[in-house]
Amino acid sequence: MSELFDKAEKNLKETGLPLTEDQKTKMPLYISMRELPLRFNLGIAKIQKFYDGLKEGKIYLTQCKNCGEKFFPPQADCPKCMKSDMDWVPLNGEGELLTCTMIFVKPPTFSHYKDYIVGIARMKEGVKVMAWLNIDDPTKIKPKMKVRLQTTKREPEGLITYEFIPINI
Amino acid sequence: MRDVAIVGVGHSLFGNRYDVRLDELAWEAVSEALKDANLTVKDIELLIVGCAGGWSAEALPAVVCSEYCGTLPKGSMRVEAACATGSAALATAYNFVASGYVDIAIALGVEKMYESPTPVQIELIGRAGNYFWEFENFGLTFPGYYALHATGYMWKHGLKEEDLAEIAVKNHYYASMNPKAQFKKQINVETIMQSRYIAWPLKLFDCCPLTDGSAAIILASEDTAKKITDTPVWISGIGLSTGTANLSSRDMFLPLEYSGLETAVEAAKQAYKRVGIEYNQASKYFDVACVHDCFTIAELMAYEDLGFCKRGEGIKLVREKQTYNGGLIPVNIDGGLKAKGHPIGATGGSMIYSLTKQLRQEYGKYADSKAQADIKNGRAIAHNIGGTGHYAYVTILSLEKPHM
Repeated sequence: MSELFDKAEKNLKETGLPLTEDQKTKMPLYISMRELPLRFNLGIAKIQKFYDGLKEGKIYLTQCKNCGEKFFPPQADCPKCMKSDMDWVPLNGEGELLTCTMIFVKPPTFSHYKDYIVGIARMKEGVKVMAWLNIDDPTKIKPKMKVRLQTTKREPEGLITYEFIPINI
Repeated sequence: MRDVAIVGVGHSLFGNRYDVRLDELAWEAVSEALKDANLTVKDIELLIVGCAGGWSAEALPAVVCSEYCGTLPKGSMRVEAACATGSAALATAYNFVASGYVDIAIALGVEKMYESPTPVQIELIGRAGNYFWEFENFGLTFPGYYALHATGYMWKHGLKEEDLAEIAVKNHYYASMNPKAQFKKQINVETIMQSRYIAWPLKLFDCCPLTDGSAAIILASEDTAKKITDTPVWISGIGLSTGTANLSSRDMFLPLEYSGLETAVEAAKQAYKRVGIEYNQASKYFDVACVHDCFTIAELMAYEDLGFCKRGEGIKLVREKQTYNGGLIPVNIDGGLKAKGHPIGATGGSMIYSLTKQLRQEYGKYADSKAQADIKNGRAIAHNIGGTGHYAYVTILSLEKPHM
């Protein structure tokens, strides 16, 4: 597609129109030159504690003080009992792997990482968590294998996030 | 509420449609549906447009399509339910007609995915879950989400990658007969097994393609339908359900409870209740089914979620070829999303198009006699999933009027 863009940009300069032809279908195309970068600003005022925790190596769930319902991802409001008073409880980190996949064809914003394994594990507290599974040898992955959830610094950004590591292998 | 019938169906050629823009593509399906119903644009009182969008340029597809198709100044709206968008458009149009608000409405599904480069589409579809908690840090893709389903199923029920390949073989076989399908070539298990991994354990040929396409369904109230056609196909039941945005929040992966999409089970049960179908013996009520096979694993899960077989026994249906035409229940004998193509917003309408032609016994002439189901019950079912079970829509069509 960038090839299409390059040709159309050249044609715009030479002919005054950003037209080109798709090589595969031989169809004439008008290539829009207007690029729109998308980046989002997301509010975290109600879950600030989660990010404070990550900085300290803790991963928090929330638990409704009124009805006891646990939430991961953490949320500030309990739709069950209509209350918004939560305990912030750090996860102990022990879990069992319920499923996983290895992503070979990645989204462009993830293309700079090596192929990564995404898993879902059930934690001792009962909540389920999605994260990357950091394992040297993927052939050692077993159904229901024990994993530990921990914070990690992901390079090259130095982003603090969380990941699973295998236990006992 | 009044009974509502399908009186006209239209469908574009699926594939890379660089030869047309969104509104031109919409007209292909709308004009065919109007001809099928022997109506003109003036007869249409409402246009419901299913277009998931994001990858295409037009921000307001409903008005762009309304202007091009000449339905102005009649009302319109855009409806979205991810990959079930087409079924959501149909359900919306159905309710406008059933309630008496209009007598004739059209549900149009249209999608121009190739307006954006493939990597952009991979990124946008990967965001279709919970962007903040699951995409932002973990970069899932759509094959990735369904790969989590496939792994969960394998760990629980001993599914083999070869079993999934057999589903792709079937759907490519039937797409080869469908004049409007994206893929016309048959493939074999070896080719599929040798294709590269996209998201383990799913390989390239386990995945549906990116597709441009449109489908249009014209609905009419009972009295109006009887004036328009001698072969109305009735919408006898609709069920819909919504699931958690976060895949990790679902219970389906739990070792004791896996598998299947809770939303699909719920939508099926709702629709079955309206028609009086026993969930555990559902296959015997239908002559043909279109299910949401965006990935091979999705079709396997659909067999079980719809009650065609017990949990874990979908593999048996595959191995015994029970979902070919002539089997226990013919499934996706139009090629399915897998090989006919999956233009997100148009897919639900495409299912209804195929099933309407099947029930009218026109499909054999349209495609190939080998793909015309034997119509004994006069009933067909469409199962359309949005996201990875985020939305589920089940629509039941029948030759017999629902309320006699």
